[in-house]
Amino acid sequence: MAESSLTNAEADAILAQARDWRSAGKGVAIATVISTWGSAPRGVGSQLALTDDGAFVGSVSGGCVEGAVVTEGQEVIADGKPRLLDFGISDDQAWEVGLACGGKLEIFIERVEA
Amino acid sequence: MQSSLFEKAVALRADNQPVVRIVEMLSGADWLLTPAGIEGSGSLPPEVAEAASEAQRHDRSHDIKHGAQRYFLHVYNPPRRLIIVGAVHITQPLVQIAAAAGYAITVIDPRGAFATAERFPGVDLNEDWPDEAMEALKPDNRTAVVTLTHDPKLDDPALEVALRSEAFYIGCLGSRKTHASRVERLTAAGLTAEEIGKIHAPIGLHLGGRAPAEIAIAIMAQITQVLHLGDGREVKAKAAA
Repeated sequence: MAESSLTNAEADAILAQARDWRSAGKGVAIATVISTWGSAPRGVGSQLALTDDGAFVGSVSGGCVEGAVVTEGQEVIADGKPRLLDFGISDDQAWEVGLACGGKLEIFIERVEA
Repeated sequence: MQSSLFEKAVALRADNQPVVRIVEMLSGADWLLTPAGIEGSGSLPPEVAEAASEAQRHDRSHDIKHGAQRYFLHVYNPPRRLIIVGAVHITQPLVQIAAAAGYAITVIDPRGAFATAERFPGVDLNEDWPDEAMEALKPDNRTAVVTLTHDPKLDDPALEVALRSEAFYIGCLGSRKTHASRVERLTAAGLTAEEIGKIHAPIGLHLGGRAPAEIAIAIMAQITQVLHLGDGREVKAKAAA
């Protein structure tokens, strides 16, 4: 059966917050879960919106990689280049920002243009 | 993410319209599939546009490769709907639990004393006769229907419409005995065994609770299960395998 990984209300709330941040003149990027393997906690399509001053709403994991995503998101806001990130147990960064659950995921981060 | 497309997507969602956002992940180029068609600059391969329509129908975001390009199709659909017939005691906790799970809820009850704003603050209340109300609401494959009145005069007309719709879940409150007489009435009304077989009754997963909130949890649990795993027969087959 078809499914989406977050409720539609959650998705709408994240978009609306990103729009409000843009209107307030902040730099904004949106991170999206593109694919998952194994027991990744948030499904495909889950999103996190973040600002250049480090605020964020939404989630792309159970809290394991949000810190890294927000840090990388700052780079995306600064240079405007979209990035596709891999996280997971086989990643070199596993000890720092790996997923304790043993899952893997790909996250796409892009800037919301002014 | 182009500013104009982003604003458009937010506005369409604020208006409860479906949108699919399409982004090519190397360049960041993006498009929207809106009710008016594809919008965005640059050419989008027709295969990718078709996949976006398909993703919208199946309510499922996913990535897709096309040549050297890799696209993400992000489906933003309106909330799933829950239509409840009967503004009864169980309806009160069910409305709260379903709202937390992201459903847009309508409660149908033509008995004015039941469907009041005091008992259901902020809920969409419909006081039309259940068959007319159900016809107007047009349950689709993203809609669950629950009847809770116990009263054949109210439940049956709503069911006759719902059972011929694409509703992904239909559940009816009442014991096995009540359900047996319901099946007889619906058969006499001309519904097929296949249509009647769509009903989940007695309603809800068997959690053992008797309090209204506990029954509401059992109902919402069953709706969730059917949404993600298919109906009870498939679930049982999987468990047995």
